[in-house]
Amino acid sequence: MILVYIEQDRGKVNEASFEALTLARQLAEMSNAPLHASAIGSASDALVARLGAFGVNTLHLAQHAQLNEYAPAAYAQSIVEILNAHKPDAAFAAGAERGNEIMAHVAAKTNLPMAANCVQAQTGEDYVVTRLRWGGSLLEEAKLKGATKLLTVAPNSIPAQAAAHAQTVAVDAFTPQLSENDLRARVVARVETASGKISLGEARVVVGGGRGVGSAEGFKILEELADLLGGAVGGSRVVTGLGWRPHADQIGQTGNRIQPELYISCGVSGAIQHMVGAKGAKHILAINTDPDASIMFKADYAVIGDLHQVVPAICAEIRKRRG
Amino acid sequence: MSNLPSHARVVVIGAGIVGNSMVYHLAKLGWRDIVQLDKGPLPNPGGSTGHASNFIFLVDHSKEMCKFTLDSVEQYKELGVFTQSGGIEVSRTPERVEEFKRRIASGKAWGVEGMHLISPAEVKKLVPYLNEKIILNGFYTQGIGTVDSLRAGTLMREYAQSVGALQTFANTEITGLPVENGRIVGVETNRGNLRAEIVVIACGLWSPRLARMAGAYIPLTPAVHQMISVGPVPELMDTVGEIKYPIVRDMDTNMYERQHGSDMEVGSYAHRPILWAPDDVPSNEQAALSPTEAPFTQADFDPQLEQALELIPDILGNEKVGIRYAINGLLSLTPDGFPILGETPEVKNLWSVAAVWIKEAPGIARAVAEWMTHGNPEIDPSGSDIARFYPHQKTKTHVNARSAEGFNKTYGIVHPREQWASNRNVRLSPYYEREKNLGAVFYEAMGWERPQWYESNAKLLDEFGARVMSREAEWDARWWSPIINAEHLALRERVGMVDLSAFALYEIQGAGALDFMQKMAVNQMDTPIGRVTYTNFLNEHGGIKADLTVMRLGKNHFRVVTGAFDGARDKKWLTDHLPDDGSVTLTDITAAYSTLGVWGPQARAVLQTIGETDWSNDAFSFGTCKYVDFGTVHVLASRISYVGELGWELYVSFEQGAKLWDMVYEAGQRFGIAPVGIGVYGTTGRLEKAYRLYGSDLEMEFNLVEAGMMRAKVKAQDFIGKAAYLKQRAAPPAALLCSLTVDDHTSSSGVKRFMQGREPILTLDGGPIEDARGRRSYVTSAGAGPSLGKYILMSYLPPEYAKVGVKLKVEYFGEHYPVTVASVGATPLLDPENKRLKA
Amino acid sequence: MNILVCIKRVPLTGGKISLTTDAQAIDTRLMGFTISPHEECAVEEAVRLVEKHGGAATVLTLGPVDAAEQLRDAMAIGIERAIHLESDGREFDPVATANAIVEAIRADGATFDLLLFGNEAADTGDFQVGVRVAYALGLPCMTGIKEISVNGNQVTAKREIPGGWEIFDAPLPAVITVKEGINLPRYPSLPGRLKAKKKPLATTQPAWQDGGLQKIKLLNPPEEAHQVEILGKGPEAAPRVVDLLAELGLL
Repeated sequence: MILVYIEQDRGKVNEASFEALTLARQLAEMSNAPLHASAIGSASDALVARLGAFGVNTLHLAQHAQLNEYAPAAYAQSIVEILNAHKPDAAFAAGAERGNEIMAHVAAKTNLPMAANCVQAQTGEDYVVTRLRWGGSLLEEAKLKGATKLLTVAPNSIPAQAAAHAQTVAVDAFTPQLSENDLRARVVARVETASGKISLGEARVVVGGGRGVGSAEGFKILEELADLLGGAVGGSRVVTGLGWRPHADQIGQTGNRIQPELYISCGVSGAIQHMVGAKGAKHILAINTDPDASIMFKADYAVIGDLHQVVPAICAEIRKRRG
Repeated sequence: MSNLPSHARVVVIGAGIVGNSMVYHLAKLGWRDIVQLDKGPLPNPGGSTGHASNFIFLVDHSKEMCKFTLDSVEQYKELGVFTQSGGIEVSRTPERVEEFKRRIASGKAWGVEGMHLISPAEVKKLVPYLNEKIILNGFYTQGIGTVDSLRAGTLMREYAQSVGALQTFANTEITGLPVENGRIVGVETNRGNLRAEIVVIACGLWSPRLARMAGAYIPLTPAVHQMISVGPVPELMDTVGEIKYPIVRDMDTNMYERQHGSDMEVGSYAHRPILWAPDDVPSNEQAALSPTEAPFTQADFDPQLEQALELIPDILGNEKVGIRYAINGLLSLTPDGFPILGETPEVKNLWSVAAVWIKEAPGIARAVAEWMTHGNPEIDPSGSDIARFYPHQKTKTHVNARSAEGFNKTYGIVHPREQWASNRNVRLSPYYEREKNLGAVFYEAMGWERPQWYESNAKLLDEFGARVMSREAEWDARWWSPIINAEHLALRERVGMVDLSAFALYEIQGAGALDFMQKMAVNQMDTPIGRVTYTNFLNEHGGIKADLTVMRLGKNHFRVVTGAFDGARDKKWLTDHLPDDGSVTLTDITAAYSTLGVWGPQARAVLQTIGETDWSNDAFSFGTCKYVDFGTVHVLASRISYVGELGWELYVSFEQGAKLWDMVYEAGQRFGIAPVGIGVYGTTGRLEKAYRLYGSDLEMEFNLVEAGMMRAKVKAQDFIGKAAYLKQRAAPPAALLCSLTVDDHTSSSGVKRFMQGREPILTLDGGPIEDARGRRSYVTSAGAGPSLGKYILMSYLPPEYAKVGVKLKVEYFGEHYPVTVASVGATPLLDPENKRLKA
Repeated sequence: MNILVCIKRVPLTGGKISLTTDAQAIDTRLMGFTISPHEECAVEEAVRLVEKHGGAATVLTLGPVDAAEQLRDAMAIGIERAIHLESDGREFDPVATANAIVEAIRADGATFDLLLFGNEAADTGDFQVGVRVAYALGLPCMTGIKEISVNGNQVTAKREIPGGWEIFDAPLPAVITVKEGINLPRYPSLPGRLKAKKKPLATTQPAWQDGGLQKIKLLNPPEEAHQVEILGKGPEAAPRVVDLLAELGLL
């Protein structure tokens, strides 16, 4: 039997679980093993039906009052009980934050090896897995041992695909035995992200200006855009060197290191020392007149054009949409 | 990205400060159809320019480098990218205090303004965060500043593009440099190939790799310069702009501290030399930062931390101020510390502009662009000419050894005669073992080991007593011995033998040899066979390209004899002008012949006993040469002298050299023969005779008329530079090379001081002397004249000062010494009628 | 409070990574090294917690001889002492790594109130060493943490989730694995560097063991050229920019 942990949070299923399920099914088919799933709490009819479509014939559903809020050790204990009862050949989870965490707890509890973020696996007495290293910049081929192979599957590496033949899912609800230790670390509350004026280091949106801004006054439109998005304004070293912004606003190796969701760079050439400061940005949007500038090799999105026209147009569009 | 064109007149490889300066100056000089390529992105393609600390100190002991720097600053100012901050070199040792005086003198000689020696308190006033208690003084130069070199590059490219001269392609990697018939014909890239007439390699530390693609050599090595940047400094947070405080160079610890916005950059040249191989430098894709910002090796910098902390305790000692950036910055080092400029000797139309720093790049680019355009750059780049290197100097072993040795001298106090310690004994004359046994102290000349003097001649010191003109000051006597002057007197009064095996010798032969030599040389080459002619080569503009002797050995057979320091360059100049039809050949016979000079009143007496010919004046007159048998040794004897004495240069095949040495040495014993070193041949002997030395007294910036070497007549035949030379002769010279003598050597502390060369000549009121072309007067050569009992300086002086008896001053270590013009032009102080020579 | 931070020495890579010819490792001959980024934040967090609550922090690494460099780096920003589990150059898998750390903690004898790890090492990305150590020592464990506050014997830790945070609570002593973003690690000062050279560093050599995840070889993934998505030219691109802002949840 091959087991797949289906991750859900307050009724919402993590889609990456179905990617893990797809890889698990491929292995199950090769070794002619039944495919089981496990989940915590309740399972909607839709979920059960979808699991069937993906080739699952049994869903182990752990139910316990203490599982209503997330507690990684307790969640892991639920899986360990299935492992103990059914001795699967392998247990899979999504290589998501919780999937990796829960599987690590399972591994620690059972003293089994675990391979995180796999993109391929071959069955056998030992599994041969291909997994991500360096966040995907490198791959590792490794031998994974253990009575039950523990794997997580790297998100976005295997497209989720339903089985050729749907299965009818038997739901096996059970109540895991949770110890006090399983509940020592758990979620006690949730809070929404706060808003308000924030620093360059904390901002979710940073609007940065380079030489292309042209003057200290030129930064006004950048301020405006940042205000609209609740972000912060910074500048390259050239800009602080020219005295257009105070030194405290410098983004770069020798200034602030930023880590926003989006860095909007305006008229910045993309000097290495600047980009080192901005490498924590999840996404970079470059607004620049030169399509050959270094920044274009680092940016995810670009607008080719004069920032003095583009930035006000973006501000106007934001206002228009907000009404 | 747009497509590469299929053809360009000139391709410039590299878009760092050098490549950008090159396209700018080529465009300014009217070049069109220029294509610039770089494998990296713009504006920072990832070379050394991108991580340069970008400050410019003005003074350099080298005239060439100082002039390039001054020109560059002017250009940066014009581009609006220069910020003047002033700069201070600080001293921690008494030796450095002295060195500053010498630096001021060099600055004065090359035209630097606004230099002052200032007290620790004055340093503190300018740089309030510096601990003045540990320094002895400061050398402040007002005109020092910083430059935005990336911005400068962009502006330069934009200029060239705006006049329609340039297309630039970033992210384009060179994969090959095809050569046909010894000529570059284009470039191959990852985006296609293009044909080109000329290719300029301006890619810094990648240059050797590029040159090898074409079969040429650019002998430099990437090397590490460590730099850290600390911040944010609370004291600097409110400063506006890039730099407010003067840049500080802590000379005695080989470090600098430079404010950069709210940060302080600390750079070091004190760590162990860390050399990289060009092939090991990562690509832009592989590099964590840029390819030339290599990982910082903390252990190498550790010793510098405490020294930096001592000097800048408040800022660097603040625990809140962090080391935010630390790199092993890669830059280019060369075996002699000079850039590598000019057309490669291996491949026609393939040019190198490499090992160039931010401070001198635009100036150098202008000179190279002029060189490419008309062959006569305003600032003479001969010291940096790529053609200066001999084969052994292009080897990795040599490049790495000398670059490593030179690295820690970046801020060093380097004596003008200081010798390299590494990679010695690479070229040895057949006399070497004998010389060693005689206690020779060897100095190096382009690999050759030459005796500078012989310790075995110490016995002569007693004989000549006070006439050896001993030196009291350690600096003056460093890398020097009074034995040199004793050897000089022994030669002048008896006879001496001098090892001249370092001569570069080129045989010019073939049906067109006479015509070729006529074209090259200023003097008449159609002389009787057996004539020896001292002559010059000029460039088209009348600049002096070479200074050498030519022996006519046959109707169409000449032997060119030139000095080791100039030989490789002269060879390229000759080779470049050989006719394409193969009617003239040049054969390098340097390694086949050694040369022994025998000079002095007894020279004839010595040679008569061993050389089987009539050595009399009638039979063997001055300026002639002939083959003479010395027993079984076949010798070409040439009656000529660079020390102004009766005597001969004896050319002997290398394997018989030792035998000839033994014969001369033995025969000379009863005439009191002394082995004599280059200290006499290269300095004292020639200075008494006002003989010029190429590279010191003669260079492209001065012409033959100014050098006092105008011949009485101009030959009828055409030669390179003739038209310019005729013009020079017709116009009054702006300066004249004179011999001066020092009237009083006594310093304020009562110690007798002796100038070493390159000092400024000043008017009696201490002001600089400048000629009508803006060239300042400085000492081109300096040395003792033991036979005269005088100390001799040579200097170009404007006509109003170039008169015998005119009193002037020379500045040496901050003091002024009285000098007198003793002769003007080529007239020697010793034996002006040349009676000795023609005895 | 007494804190232990476990760190890993990793090469400072650019985008493109080259492998050794036997494909067993990254070719690091010309590379620099650093503390793995999450762990660099763990070091900073330890220093901040000690600054706030008193006590002392110890840094531990399992790695080759040269990993002492990273221990000194950590001490340069305020960690008091270091433990170096010197490997013979072979890679320890997550089980072996956790075992070696546990053994070292027991041998050290000190009691730690908090053990900080990175959420995952930059190079191997195993996501489990901290958890395994927690179980071996019988401690509660929280992973992926971006904020820590200590209140007496309790620790509160925040983990980022889309649109907000989930807040964990656990008694001390505990193991926490942190994520980049929990803080901005400070840079070492010059005096810090000099002090670090004199701080105590203890070295032991743990035995290598097979923990059940054995590397066969490394391989480069198929190369994907970086593609910048051009949203448009000039002000006409504004609507697409705002679409992007909406997509990223920033409007």
